[in-house]
Amino acid sequence: MANVPDTGLETMTASAEPMVPALFRIQRVRQETHDTFTVELEPPSRRKTFTFAPGQFNMLYVLGVGEVPISISGNPADSHVLIHTMRAVGTVTKAMRTLKRGDFLGVRGPFGTTWPVAEAVGNDVIIVAGGIGLAPLRPVIYRILAERERYGKIIFLYGTRTPADILYRRELEQWRSRFDLDVQITVDRAQAGWRANVGVVTTLIPKVAFDPANTIAMVCGPEVMMRFTIQALQKRGLGLNDIYVSMERNMKCGIGFCGHCQYGPMFICKDGPVFSYDRIKDLFLIREL
Amino acid sequence: METLEPILRVHPFLEGLAPQHIQLIVGCASNVRFDAGQTIFHEGEEANQFYIVRHGKIALEIFAPNRGSLIVETLGEGDILGWSWLIPPYEWHLDAKAIELTRAIALDGKCLRKKCEEDHDLGYELLKRFAHIIEQRLEATRIQILDMYGERS
Amino acid sequence: MANSSAMGDNKKSQETAEKSHTMFIIEREHIDSLFAALAELKYELIGPTVHDGAIRLEAITSANQLPIGWTDQQDGGTYRLKKRNDKALFGYVVGPHSWKQFLHPPAIRLWHGKRDGRGIHIDEEKAEAPARAFIGVRPCEIHAISIQDKVFINGSFTDRIYQSRRRKIFVVAVNCGQAGGTCFCASMNTGPRASAGFDLALTEVIENNHHYFITEVGSDRGEKVLRAVPHQAAGEEHGKKVDSIAARTASQMGRTLDTNDIKNLLYHNYEHPRWNDVASRCLNCTNCTMVCPTCFCTTVEDITDLTGQYIERVRRWDSCFTVDFSYIHGGSVRSSARARYRQWMVHKLASWIDQFGSSGCVGCGRCITWCPVGIDITKEAKAIRDPEKTPTTSSKVNNNGNA
Repeated sequence: MANVPDTGLETMTASAEPMVPALFRIQRVRQETHDTFTVELEPPSRRKTFTFAPGQFNMLYVLGVGEVPISISGNPADSHVLIHTMRAVGTVTKAMRTLKRGDFLGVRGPFGTTWPVAEAVGNDVIIVAGGIGLAPLRPVIYRILAERERYGKIIFLYGTRTPADILYRRELEQWRSRFDLDVQITVDRAQAGWRANVGVVTTLIPKVAFDPANTIAMVCGPEVMMRFTIQALQKRGLGLNDIYVSMERNMKCGIGFCGHCQYGPMFICKDGPVFSYDRIKDLFLIREL
Repeated sequence: METLEPILRVHPFLEGLAPQHIQLIVGCASNVRFDAGQTIFHEGEEANQFYIVRHGKIALEIFAPNRGSLIVETLGEGDILGWSWLIPPYEWHLDAKAIELTRAIALDGKCLRKKCEEDHDLGYELLKRFAHIIEQRLEATRIQILDMYGERS
Repeated sequence: MANSSAMGDNKKSQETAEKSHTMFIIEREHIDSLFAALAELKYELIGPTVHDGAIRLEAITSANQLPIGWTDQQDGGTYRLKKRNDKALFGYVVGPHSWKQFLHPPAIRLWHGKRDGRGIHIDEEKAEAPARAFIGVRPCEIHAISIQDKVFINGSFTDRIYQSRRRKIFVVAVNCGQAGGTCFCASMNTGPRASAGFDLALTEVIENNHHYFITEVGSDRGEKVLRAVPHQAAGEEHGKKVDSIAARTASQMGRTLDTNDIKNLLYHNYEHPRWNDVASRCLNCTNCTMVCPTCFCTTVEDITDLTGQYIERVRRWDSCFTVDFSYIHGGSVRSSARARYRQWMVHKLASWIDQFGSSGCVGCGRCITWCPVGIDITKEAKAIRDPEKTPTTSSKVNNNGNA
């Protein structure tokens, strides 16, 4: 069982008052699919920019309702707008979905560890996203594409429930049309007429071509999806320290004090949410941890 | 007509088969082609062949009243389509349709069935390979049933 | 932390238990002078008092408010106060209260805000903390405080609420003259004698009608306060007496916890059948986490008034034993009582070491005393280490964990 040392992944420290939200103004609320929506926020005027690293999250506060941890899903290079995509599944997210342009949202962050963008330089990269797991991975794709020449093959696999649940459709189509990116989409089921893949995302892995000795994999989605994806990647010869996942737990503070996000000895909010699988492989298979 | 032997000999599905078995299979093989949208087989029809997809995409569909045809899986290059030819009552369990122009090698199941009855070694080798495919499909299908991205995921 | 209350490296100090603090004698009748000296320096005194049949920590002003002549009888799920046949001021061990409520408040408002026309304005609560003198801090409690120091004042973030209160504490420690019924500090290397982390440490002695306190000075602050209290120099025999009292107390402890490689023991036994056994007894009542001096989990409540114009966030103590604690969309990660008890115990004895560099348990025994069904953490740890030597308690559960 690993100790809890410095991960070597870059962590940006948050503001001086980490428990007090900064008020961001909503520029736009966009419905993505039937249960998923995106908010675009502008920083308060006192703090004109917001910077983060791919993989980090904010605690988002709906005034008077509550707070939730949500991964940041915008482009790290654009510090004038803060973008979050999430599913409306609970009290806070359902309330957030009803907000409009001009309303305020409390923001605390950015918190957490980051995707291994630096470690992946010089390697092939395989990104596997399941469902809403695409939201925390989109910043990585932006970042890698911005410096495309520094990476080898880039493979992006995305699985979701049905074609109607496909997130960021326009962007996916743009990425797919590039010649230096292998994008494959699959759904769990579809109506006849769907012309792309049907099947769980793990079925795509045996067929993609990459060099397992020089590949970094980044995986995000429901825990069960990550578990099967990791198995499929291992079968292809990837080492456990070359596979990175993003974990999720209940969070109340985001800064390692409330105790809720503990995962074995790890605090998901500060030792994660991004982990190299090697570091948590023993924890991952323990049920109800 | 070009012989399909060089292609079949190196296909992963047939890897490890004795040369005489490969010959038997080659003897039952032919090239086929399906246009985009063309039905390959329907649920309930007699299953007398299986296919090795060389190029293209095939959708496996189930028709449900009030819901229409639902695609439950797609197969592509290198995949094997069809095992119902090997197991009684030798009927297809779902529909298969080519989504795009698809080329495949069709293998005469009726013919192979007879040969398997005569040569049990061949039968065992083929059953082992199909058992593996069925296992993979079953595992993938079970993960699909989980509906991982659904409401409670 | 620049604080003359010397919260040094307690582990190291325990090893050199003979580390010498200057010793003096304070007579019983001068204890009130000590209180007066502290009050003079504007400290609010917090100390043990008898209240509702238990020893509770309350604001006090004179030694008369201490539990004079009282002792406690503790065992699994049992706590009673009993009269002693002397007038000892500190003749008991620990009650349900720990000092954590004064450093890490059970409920506190973090900020509030007001909405008006154009916008919202959020004001952080200014952490205005009173200066307090803790009277009667047991050695195990000193360790508990230093353990919470590592939780709240560490590398990445600092809890200002804790820090502001912590800075202003004057510690009058009391060495234990007897072991409590559920104590096991000797196993945890946290007592029964205070070796560091105090401003003054008292060892109470009553012999041949002579009632006095052997006093050790632990900091410059402590020395300054002592100057205002009548005292005499101590002799070598007094140092020996403190040692022998500590040894006697240590020998009285009825429980032990083998901490040898306990981290790996628990990390490798997440599926041990014993967890099923304890789960069949644990009521998830959360008492243990409330009385534990190191448990620190909290939750936040976001509150608004009926108009929605006023909002505030309150932080409250929380417990990992609640089902909601691990809730994420759709369900709780730890949905079984088994998983929750396991989380608490593995965190306390194992994960804590990786997180904060020491065990989270100080051996105070409170979780055993205040558990309504008397679950004993030392027994559970033993059962996992040596299942054969510790029979299962529930007849319905065999060693495979099957009911």
